[in-house]
This record gives sequence, C-alpha cells and structure tokens, in this order.
Amino acid sequence: MTVKNRLAQITRDPNLSPKQKSNFLALEAEASLPYMAISDAVSEAKNSGIICDMFEGNAPFKPRYVLPDYAKFLQNGSEYLELSPAQDLDEALNALTIIYHHVPSVTNIPVYLGQLDDILLPFCQGLEPEAIYRKLKLFWIMLDRTLPDAFMHVNIGPTDNIVCRTILRVDAELKQIAPNLTFMYDPEITPDELLQVAASNICECSKPHIANYPLHANSFDDKGFGIVSCYNSLPLAGGANTLVRLNLKQVALKASSVGDFFTQVLPHYCQLTYELIDARAKFLHEESNFFNSFLVKEGLIEESRFAPMFGIYGMAEAVNILQGSPDFNEDNIDKPSSHYGHNAAANALGHKISKALDGIVKSTQVKYGYNGLALLHSQGGISIDKDVTPGVRIPYGTEPNPIAHIQALAEHHQYYTSGISDILTIDETVKANPQAMMQLCKGALSLGFREFTANVASNDLVRVTGYMIKLSDIASFKAEGSRTNTTWLGAEAAQNTKILERQPRVVAHEHTPAYSK
Amino acid sequence: MGRVATVNQIIPFSCVDGPGSRLVIFLQGCNFNCKNCHNPYTIDMCDSCGDCVATCPVNALSLNLDKQGKSKIVWDSDKCTQCDICLSTCPKQSSPKIRQYSVEQMLELIRRQVHFINGITVSGGEATLQLPFIIELFQAIKASDDLSHLSCMIDSNGYLTEGGWQQVMPYLDGAMIDLKSWQEHTHRYITGRDNHRVFSSLKLLAAEGKLYEIRLLYIPKISDIDSEVNAIAGYLTQLPDSVRVKLNAFQHHGVTGEARLWDTCSEQQMLELAARLTERGVGNLVLPNVYL
Repeated sequence: MTVKNRLAQITRDPNLSPKQKSNFLALEAEASLPYMAISDAVSEAKNSGIICDMFEGNAPFKPRYVLPDYAKFLQNGSEYLELSPAQDLDEALNALTIIYHHVPSVTNIPVYLGQLDDILLPFCQGLEPEAIYRKLKLFWIMLDRTLPDAFMHVNIGPTDNIVCRTILRVDAELKQIAPNLTFMYDPEITPDELLQVAASNICECSKPHIANYPLHANSFDDKGFGIVSCYNSLPLAGGANTLVRLNLKQVALKASSVGDFFTQVLPHYCQLTYELIDARAKFLHEESNFFNSFLVKEGLIEESRFAPMFGIYGMAEAVNILQGSPDFNEDNIDKPSSHYGHNAAANALGHKISKALDGIVKSTQVKYGYNGLALLHSQGGISIDKDVTPGVRIPYGTEPNPIAHIQALAEHHQYYTSGISDILTIDETVKANPQAMMQLCKGALSLGFREFTANVASNDLVRVTGYMIKLSDIASFKAEGSRTNTTWLGAEAAQNTKILERQPRVVAHEHTPAYSK
Repeated sequence: MGRVATVNQIIPFSCVDGPGSRLVIFLQGCNFNCKNCHNPYTIDMCDSCGDCVATCPVNALSLNLDKQGKSKIVWDSDKCTQCDICLSTCPKQSSPKIRQYSVEQMLELIRRQVHFINGITVSGGEATLQLPFIIELFQAIKASDDLSHLSCMIDSNGYLTEGGWQQVMPYLDGAMIDLKSWQEHTHRYITGRDNHRVFSSLKLLAAEGKLYEIRLLYIPKISDIDSEVNAIAGYLTQLPDSVRVKLNAFQHHGVTGEARLWDTCSEQQMLELAARLTERGVGNLVLPNVYL
C-alpha cells in the first residue's frame, strides 16, 4: 500500500478517535523518514525478527520512558509552565494534572505519574481523611478519562501513610484500567496489615503489582528509581532513552549447539543489538534536541540518568530448542517433562542464559547509559508476537502450580535490573481468602522476585474442597444428562481435555505499536 | 523411623482448606460411605488386585512383589498422565495412585513450600483414621523452629472419638467438621453411620476453641438441612461466634450410584437456605463460590 493510501485509510477509520488518528498519522510520517545509519548485519537481524526496535520510530525525538522528579516540580513550580510552587493539595494535584500533559513517552502519554504518596503527603497536613479521599478520587477519575492508557503508572509505598492507604481504597473502588499501580514492599518498613490491604486489592481488581523495594532500591543510586509502564524500573529524574529487544528463540535457532549458542551466536547478536541501541540513542541525544526541553532546564530530568534497555524475550522457546525438546502441547505431554518451567535442567539452562546476558550487559559500555551501561530487561511482549513467550516467562497455558512457578523463575530476577514480570495465575478461590494471596506474594519476594503480579481468574480448573474439577468437563457432563457410567473419568475425557491450554490468557502488554489493517 | 501415612494427594497451594494459603495432605481411606461422595476413590484402600495395571495406557502401574512376597501395586507418578482410567477400572472404587510418606519426608516437602504457606491441613478420605501419623507430624512441626509458625488443621467427618481428639488437641490449631444431616436416621441413610459422635466432636472442639468451621451439605429433599432449619439455626447460634458456617451445595460431579439421581442444589436454593439461617440469627455464613 502506498503511504498516501495508508494515510487515507487512517483518516477514515471508523474505530479511531481523532486523537488516535493524529497519533497514527504522526507515526506514518516518522516512518517515512530514512532509518538511522545501521550496518547490513543489524538491518538483516532486524528484518528477520531477531532484533526488534519496538517500533519506536525511524527518528526518535522523545525517549521511550521519562521519569520526572515531580517532588522538585511541586516544590519549585515551573517557569516554563508558569506555575508557582504548590501550597496545598488542590494546587499540587492541579500542577500535576498540567505537567503530565508535557511529559512525553513512546506512547505520547506519560508512563510515570510519580511516587504519589511521598510527593503528596506534605500537602495533606491538616486535611481530614475524607477530604483527602474525595480529592484523590476525583484525581483518579480525571487520570483515567483524560490519559486513557494503562501504561501510565503510579508508585506508592513502602511506608504506611494516609495517601498510600487512600489510593489503595480509591483504586479498589473504581477498578479502572488506568492508572497502573505498583506498591513498594519492604519487610523492614511495611506493616503486614498494609501489605494485606494491597493483596486484598489484587483479589478485587488485579492491582497493584507488589515490588520488592529493597531489591530495586539497591540496583539504583540514592536519587531513587521508579516503576513505569509495565514493570520497567528506571532511574528517577531520568528514564529509558530506547528499548531494543532480542528474540532469544530466533537466536537459539541459529545455534548449532548449546556451546555454540553461548560462545558465538548469543554474543554476536548481543553486539548487533548494541549497534542498534547506539544508533537510536545517538539520534535522540545528539540530533533530536529533546534534551533542550524545559524538563532538563528546570532540573526535572538529567540526561545522564537515561539508559537504554536491553530487552530479551522468548527464553522458554530458546531453552526448549537448545535442549531439543519437542513442542509442548496436550498431545505431547512427555513425562517427566523436559520443558522450561517444568524440568530442573531446563530451568538451570535458562538461568545460565540470563547470567550470560547479565555478564554481557554489565561489561559493555554505551555512550548514553546509566553509569555508562544499558540495563537488562525481561520484556513483556507486544501484540504482534506469535509463538514466542514474553521475557523469561513460562508459556501461557503450561504454567505449573503457583509455587512451582515461582520456584522455577525466581533465580532469573536478580539479573533484570530494569524490570521483569512473571504473571501468576491464581484461581478464583483466592478471592475469598486474600491472606493466601499475601502469603504467596511474601514467598515470591523472599525468593528474590523483583515484582509480584497475579491474575485472579476463573480458571477452567477449579479447586473445590478436596479435589480439582474442570469446569468444561462439568459442562459436558451436565449436558449429557444422567448417564450411569462415569464417562467423565474415561479415556475420551482425558484426550479431549485441553487442560494445559486452559489457563486464562494474558494479553500482550503493549499496544499494537503501529497502524495495522 | 516414625509413622508412615498413606496419601492420596498433596496440593501445595490451596485457598479453601482453612485460613490463608495451605499445603493440603489428602489421606487415603474413609470410615463413612457417603452415597454422595465426590471422590469415592479415596474411601477404600487399594488391595493390589492388579486389575488397573492392564488398563493404564502409559504403563505407569505395575504389580510387584514386596519383601514379604506379597503383591503390591507400584505407581510411577512421572509416567502418569492423570487420565484416571485406573479409577474407573478399580472394582473397589479405590485408587492405585497412593504413596507412603514418613513424617520426615512430609516435613521435607513442607519445608520446600514454607515461604508460601500459612499452614497445613490434613484432609481425606478421613484424615483421623491415620491419627498417630497426624500427631507425630503436628508435633514435629510445632517443635521445629522454622515450621512452628505454621497452623495445623484437620478437615474431618467428625467421627473421631473424644479420646482421639484429646490426643491431638495439644498440637491442633483448628478443625473443619462436616455435619451431613441433623436427624440421626438421615445421617445414617447418607453416610452409613450415626451422627452422635459428630455432635460430640463439634461440642468438644467448640469448647476447646478449636472449631474453625462447621460444614453443612445441602442436598435438596435428601439431607434435612432445610426441614430442620429451626433446630439447626438454634444449634449454630450456640456455637462460638468465631466459627465459620460453610454451606456446601450438593452437585453430581464425581458422584456414582444412586446419589446421581438426587437433585442438585441450585444457587437459588442455597441463597434461600442462607437467608433462612440469617433470619434465625446465624452469622459468619460462607457460601459456595461456584455452583457446578
């Protein structure tokens, strides 16, 4: 299709709002510019799906993620935005509402809204709890309606305070998709009772994510960090200038053996990934003029606190390919399983790959990095990914029980400084028992999980007291009436039971990155 | 070497068998023979007749001779695909998929999950048929620095004698007890046993502050939970306020035999029963999450 036709199609699309049309038109315009200079090898790796630039555009004029120092902003006001320092909660919320519209990101909507309890608490002195509640609730509704993007992310915790508790209350009440929410947990600081409130919220609305605060804090300097978009941990007053991701499945397919993978193929493609990272960062930092913005001039962000994210995905497939394991599906439940997530040797190979990546990322200098380095990231997938599993996750539908799941993956988490997410699927019986959710969370964090995320879903597989049952079995069982033989136990049921596919699906965590029709 | 338990299944993470998250040990064998049993293969012990061996499609079952020269079914859980054909083959409705665990083995298993759980629950079958094992296990948990914070619960049909309960009481944090019917003859019709000992157990556990939950199974027109609602409500309101009253709705899934012809309990029927109990002052009611 010619560019002109695509533009025409976007302008006429009945399902897009004017704003969305503007965004896609802008993307098309950017895509019509020549790509930054890269070598043939990078270009080939990019075209064959081994390296992916996340559709950030041919001429990146804004960083992927920006984390302004909002505390400083509220304290100093902004000359550029003609705002004086905030004096009370109303002024603080109003000022934030304004600045959010000037914080860019890859989605054109801010992905970081701040450590809101810390920055708002000073403005809550002398206010009644109900007044704080009313103001924050209106603020929450405003965020969801004007910045409709679930990558927009608020942080709270690990301290126990009225703003933190009020946000948890409002969030569980409203159950909005936006903003996304991370609760920082520190066993030394956070009372169990507050963690229990957060865990009960997960049962209500699958939010917040619970972050392992000490682990994140130790990965960054005293100026702090924030968790933005979906599970991206980045330096505060900085951000990610770009994210380039490597498809480990495709890398594994190029390797002739496990040894070849580690000594030749993986280092080679990592080097190409760095080439692309450098080209993209160079354009942003040297040509786009982004770092002349008021955010920099007023000290809300610092150029030196931006780092590229070195993303990976497809770990599960890579391990299974390297081990020569057949595809994992219900017709092929080899026992004992040799697959990633289910087998000790497969899991260990995965850990070894993460460790190798960590070694490469920690020893490869970049011109525009955090302390001269990129940050390793377990990437959560985008909607175009087919037959490849996000990050280091266990493929959907093949997850073992939640505890085995956590135990299989915990060792990866130490390596992924700029974020890793494993989504645990918990059946709905947990809804009546939030204490169980909290204990699972504590167990995961104590084993080294950086972030605990649970999907509470009505699994097809449901635990009823004393036994597991399969909802779909029961549906057919009921439909078949009162047959006297116990067909539900028979071979046919076992063959037809796609039990392994029945875990609720987890949707991809980024939008379709470009207009596709 | 301590006691050994015969185990039907272990679930490492359960949210429905007591407070918080729990590792649940389902012991094999039951002294009730409920017509409505949802998992009848937990009632009888496997007698190693060997009928199931030939029907296993993946050769996970074999018949071996033990040291005394007695034949014994051996189950290879790694090969097993859980198709459950063996359960439908078994002439006794038992399960060959059972395993022996010593107290030490069980402790090792619990230690592997300890960060994730608030406690353990022994269930069944009827757990208390293997009381000496339970006592040793609970004792060992309470005596271990790294495990003593775990709560130890029993899920039971309540048929254990008072003497039995007294033995486990020092190590027991709470019990969940089924009351399958109010009238003795109804109870006998459903379970094959009277319910006097069930009431004694409830009384004793309530007095000791260890009755966590009483479970009432509502089988429309069969159990007398609805026709005896006044008497039952009167009884329940005498129990300590902390006792959870869990209402279970009878369903056909897993049920074999004549109980398959009984009506199941709908959500509407369950809500009506709950309303009638509430009207009569019964608090702390827990209703089913799903009706299947």
